[in-house]
Amino acid sequence: MMRKHSKGLIVVALGAAMTLAACSTDGSVDPSAAPENTESAPAETAASNGEWFDQAVYDEQFEQRSASFEGDPATPWLQYIDGPMTDTAEWQTDEAMHACFANASISNPWRQTGFITMQEQLAVLQDEGVIETMEVRDAGDDDNTQIADIDYFIGQGNCDIYIISPNSTAALTPAVERACETGSPVIVFDRGVETDCATTFIHPIGGYAWGIDTAEFLIEHLEPGDTVVALRILPGVDVLEHRWAAAERLLTEAGITVDDYFTGADPTEIKSIITDALARGDVQGIWMDAGDGAVAAIEAFEDAGAELPVMTGEDEMSFLRAWQERDMTALAPAYSNFQWRTPLLAAEMIANGEPVPTEWVLPQTPLDADARDEAIAANEGMPDGHYALFGGADLPTYPGPWQDR
Amino acid sequence: MSALAQQSPWQRFVAALGTPSGAVFVLLVVLLIAASIANPRFAEPDQLVRFLARTAPIAIAAIGQFFVIVSGEFDLSMGAVIAAQVVIAGNIIGQDEAMILPGIALMLLVGVMVGLLNGVLTTFAKVPSFIVTLGMMLALYGFVRFLTGGAATGNPVDSFREIGRGLLGDVLPYSVIILVVLAVAAWLLMRSPFGHTLLAVGDNAVAARLSGTRTAGVKISAFVLSSLAATVAGILLVGYAGVHPSIGTGYEFQAITAVVLGGAVLGGGRGWVLSAAAGAIALELLFTVLNQVGTDSTWRPSVQGIIIILAVALGAVAWRTARRPPSVSRTDAARDPDPIPTPTPTPGEQ
Repeated sequence: MMRKHSKGLIVVALGAAMTLAACSTDGSVDPSAAPENTESAPAETAASNGEWFDQAVYDEQFEQRSASFEGDPATPWLQYIDGPMTDTAEWQTDEAMHACFANASISNPWRQTGFITMQEQLAVLQDEGVIETMEVRDAGDDDNTQIADIDYFIGQGNCDIYIISPNSTAALTPAVERACETGSPVIVFDRGVETDCATTFIHPIGGYAWGIDTAEFLIEHLEPGDTVVALRILPGVDVLEHRWAAAERLLTEAGITVDDYFTGADPTEIKSIITDALARGDVQGIWMDAGDGAVAAIEAFEDAGAELPVMTGEDEMSFLRAWQERDMTALAPAYSNFQWRTPLLAAEMIANGEPVPTEWVLPQTPLDADARDEAIAANEGMPDGHYALFGGADLPTYPGPWQDR
Repeated sequence: MSALAQQSPWQRFVAALGTPSGAVFVLLVVLLIAASIANPRFAEPDQLVRFLARTAPIAIAAIGQFFVIVSGEFDLSMGAVIAAQVVIAGNIIGQDEAMILPGIALMLLVGVMVGLLNGVLTTFAKVPSFIVTLGMMLALYGFVRFLTGGAATGNPVDSFREIGRGLLGDVLPYSVIILVVLAVAAWLLMRSPFGHTLLAVGDNAVAARLSGTRTAGVKISAFVLSSLAATVAGILLVGYAGVHPSIGTGYEFQAITAVVLGGAVLGGGRGWVLSAAAGAIALELLFTVLNQVGTDSTWRPSVQGIIIILAVALGAVAWRTARRPPSVSRTDAARDPDPIPTPTPTPGEQ
């Protein structure tokens, strides 16, 4: 009798474990972080049916795509759209600062590339005596960890400036507000939070602009009735959801059939999805909310002997190279990776008491075939996971740290 | 046995399909029909071969997991072994064709080491395999993160990737050939004295030890076979998909599910190795059917999870029913706390 009992228990335990596993296969780019991510997913995925679409922000970003940017186009990481500025005179200092950086993670190649650029920029500012040290805490894609990281910084009480790259929008808002309450300047970049207490919020134009650029490109090169397979990394992150919300709306309006899938950026998953889709019928277009895994998508068409699709990927070198080697119609939108330099340069401006844009909107330009060739030439020798628009070629340590990662 | 001998081959075949190890083949056929109805193009030979090629890694992983499960243990480190091997392939082999053979040798060595460690800790240190392999999984994922920082490094040279991507004579994928060879080898191994000992250890380790079996050695071998299977799956996956640290995620659970779906009993002692491979193929078919009928992307994991729990529960119930000897009354069963199961006609294990 005992044996039957214990076997029943094992079955129940395993069943529970498997449900977790089944959830986590979609969960995250990073395998070990997946369970934490699924915790917050249900509430946010429920909102994915149109609730990620905000007409006002969409319209704003639609306009910003053609806006003129202040500053030198040779240093796009310092460019911004004219708007309200934050006065920083109260923080002016001649002493080198102790910066505290709460990073969401470095679990994807985009974040890794950006973090390298940031560290090399830091070295320059350390030499100049602007920043003495930067303490980095990596939250490993976990909201709870990042909240604890920020509270740890606040508890330490020695941060002259906070830099926060939030893991998710709603969950991190209170922690960012607590950082603001310390009276030190707070710089938020990449993903946003639901508070405007930060000294400056740095980001490229945004997800809707990405969605508009890519959807317009696909609509231009496809016919109504064509099928587009959308490969999405994970649900619930605003910058990714906005890309899809805009693209889905435009593609559907143009009469294009769209099928979307979550891939966790796993190339096995991507390949299976496309192989199944090709077995079902022709696929004329591929849309991606991030380029990680784009090569697997292209290979799936080749292995199936199908005609290559019209495709939008990202400015990741693996995709740019795969695109250049083949005769295909494609676009590489970019979520300007050079934004990782901007927070430290903003810190320098704050130390100088110079005003900074309250919302610092950086340029965001997709790469077409010509820009692709230039980008490949400029980034020769860089690994596949490198991002063409990383914006660090003028830093003194270039190209070593980006090449040997 | 004598009753069995009187049955005609057809009766034996039907009876075999009634056991969980046989029923998975019925399930496989049902799912194949469902997939072909949902999408007529799926039934075309080239599509089927392509599907089989894509299923080869998980089927091979399931065969490896089978050895561990029938010996009464679990191997939760499989997915992490695959991820580690994929990253090693990317880093060691890279774009250098001369490194292919040394690279494969290193990967196999790492596979053997991981299996040995899992096995030794489970048998000699008496740590439950659930914990040992879970710890191994975390350790290996940590190693992968250390090597990659969590992101892809770039694919190894194309000639190495041909193993998982290429076709023999433009028709037959290498991965299918490897799957068939390994399946036959596993089948032969389970019919050998080693296989019988493995089942005996899984069924009743104490009895096996008292009758002179070196249970530790047998279990350690099972763990080594499991992580070697994960290594081969990793080699095929690098070819199929390329290098990414997320490759292999969830493979341990898929493999365990496949083995249970194939009728093996968790806790050991019973099962047929080819049914485990069939279980893996059935599982992949199920996912394909879910894709084909257009299950919403946000719901898909939940549907998968529920179906997996149901399949595992049904399998457990079916075995319990099959084990209960029809001629023995309940009072007899109560007198014997651990009745020796009456042999049921399981294919391959008569």
